[in-house]
Amino acid sequence: MEKVYARTTGICKDMVSGFCPGCMHGTVIKLIGEVLDEMGVMDKAACVLGIGCCGLKMEYMTYDNTTAPHGRACAVATGIKRATPDSLVYTYQGDGDFASIGLAESVFAANRGENISVIFINNGIYGMTGGQMAPTTLLGMKASTAPKGRLAEEHGYPMHMCEIFNQLTAPVYLERTSCNTPANVVKTKKAIRKAFENQLNGKGFSMVEIVTNCPTNWGLEPLDSLTFIEEKMLPEYPLGVIRDK
Amino acid sequence: MARVFMKGCEAIAEAAVRAGCRFFAGYPITPQNEIPEYFARRMPEVGGVFVQGESEVASINMVYGAGSTGMRSMTSSSSCGISLKSEGISYCASARIPMVFANISRGGPGVGSIHPAQQDYFQATKASGNGGFEMLVFAPASVQEAIDMTYHAFDYAQRDRNPVLILCDGVIGTMMEPVVLPEMKTEESVAALKDANKEWACIGHGKDVKRAWIEPGHWRGQENANIEAAALYATWDKDVQVEEYMVEDAEIVIAAYGISARVAKSAIDILRKEGIKVGLIRPITVHPFPYNSFEKLDYSRVKTILDVEMSIPAQLIYDVKQGVKDRCPIETCLRSGGQIISRDAVLAAVRKLNGK
Amino acid sequence: MARVEIRSESCKSCQYCIKFCPKGVLAVGTKVNAKGYEYIVPVKMDACIGCSICARMCPDAAIEVYK
Repeated sequence: MEKVYARTTGICKDMVSGFCPGCMHGTVIKLIGEVLDEMGVMDKAACVLGIGCCGLKMEYMTYDNTTAPHGRACAVATGIKRATPDSLVYTYQGDGDFASIGLAESVFAANRGENISVIFINNGIYGMTGGQMAPTTLLGMKASTAPKGRLAEEHGYPMHMCEIFNQLTAPVYLERTSCNTPANVVKTKKAIRKAFENQLNGKGFSMVEIVTNCPTNWGLEPLDSLTFIEEKMLPEYPLGVIRDK
Repeated sequence: MARVFMKGCEAIAEAAVRAGCRFFAGYPITPQNEIPEYFARRMPEVGGVFVQGESEVASINMVYGAGSTGMRSMTSSSSCGISLKSEGISYCASARIPMVFANISRGGPGVGSIHPAQQDYFQATKASGNGGFEMLVFAPASVQEAIDMTYHAFDYAQRDRNPVLILCDGVIGTMMEPVVLPEMKTEESVAALKDANKEWACIGHGKDVKRAWIEPGHWRGQENANIEAAALYATWDKDVQVEEYMVEDAEIVIAAYGISARVAKSAIDILRKEGIKVGLIRPITVHPFPYNSFEKLDYSRVKTILDVEMSIPAQLIYDVKQGVKDRCPIETCLRSGGQIISRDAVLAAVRKLNGK
Repeated sequence: MARVEIRSESCKSCQYCIKFCPKGVLAVGTKVNAKGYEYIVPVKMDACIGCSICARMCPDAAIEVYK
């Protein structure tokens, strides 16, 4: 018998992660590691982590990384990529980091067409800090800072980042995926690979928005969180390629 | 060597380029706009990178990134813009990223005034950001000093793996003086300087090589990191720089830095001709502060210290007090809010003290 | 013929692998790992076809597959 599915060398060998049971951060980190492995570019990779649960990834990656101030990963990645263009520079950010405090840095990096890859983890809530409302929290979805649920008249509407970025001229690739089914996991991996290939080919700014979960702050068991993604998140955040230049 | 007539801001930028700086990010703010504008023209000439960041916040973060690749990197701003960079500077200090930044200081607090001031002394020397980190802080009193300090700042930053600040008031930043520019580092030497940082730089390392892990904070090891940092800061006594002008027989000693010291010096030359025994202690590094210059004064001879600064309330005075230790009174001659200290004011203040 | 190996210490018992395994190979175990999770174990290894869906879904990279 031969090994047909091996643990990627992109994550630490004896990893016992601090992520909650069922948290898809773990899934995406694994996929990124697999892509870097298969592309043979782990020795070029430089990851810029945002602040939040995404930042926990730092302990589990086996390749170069830095942590940016909250929201500033796209600016930090701009600096790294411009200084060392041969590196494969990607950011790994949650919805607060990318779309709230970091909105300006995210938009401008995209608008300048920086040749970086953005992995944007959208679970509609702030995980690490205990479940506050995010720019992507659904209407009616409860959060610790919106105890009655998100109300349009008070909190505004959920923000659709792929669609917003689709208004900018420079970005070359925008896709939204999820990890809630095996088929979607495969699509997520393909999208990550495409974003990295775009960068190595010098094509410009690519972003993969991955709709994930937060079982703990959604108050759901992991299996139920998959249902929530299917029934609530995906209708709001439809999967698919938004732009592919 | 050829002398050229240059404006402070532009001279700082040129000095940085000659020192091997190949990444600059900044945002427009008066009175330092000539710095990003100069870099915008000059960086492409040397194969470097200039980015006008979307804000001061974005700019310091780009420098955090470029600096973390081991490339000599710089940003600049003025006063309230420097405040915006606080978090990023703190991250650079915590993650041990070498970088240089310049504060071409203006009136404050808040948006203050666009005209020159020395109102950022506490911020510059004590608390540029959260966490109690320290930096070498240089305060030029001439465009030539601004050049020399900027040029060497990159070496200090690389030596210590720490940010270095050029605290340059808006007068020095906007005045023009004849200067001599330092030697331009060769491309080979610039590449070697970046390469020397390879081991810790976030540029991509092979699987079998220890990965670079830039950490601006530590889940478990923060105390150890701080102990290491404190040990670094304790080595800086050797880096103190100060000018002691006519202090040997002085009965009145002026304490001043930057443009205030320049003005004070020209007042001293006049006062000396009147027979008044006045001198100047000018901190060149405002951090580490030259406490010893004040401690070692003969207080049986020195009757008063006159603190001259463009800050109300006075800030430099606190460090002066620490050196003087109550052994003589400290008087002040101050301006603020963009008003530049006048030689007449210093003359009047010293003559009044002398009359006592 | 195929089998899976689950690293018990990494498993957090989220049950994604159980849900998506087409052959019912896996189930929640009765033993607890150091973190306190009842880690998943193969209960019908003979039925395994080595599709690797379990390994693909696992957020903890706990599963390796042999065929």
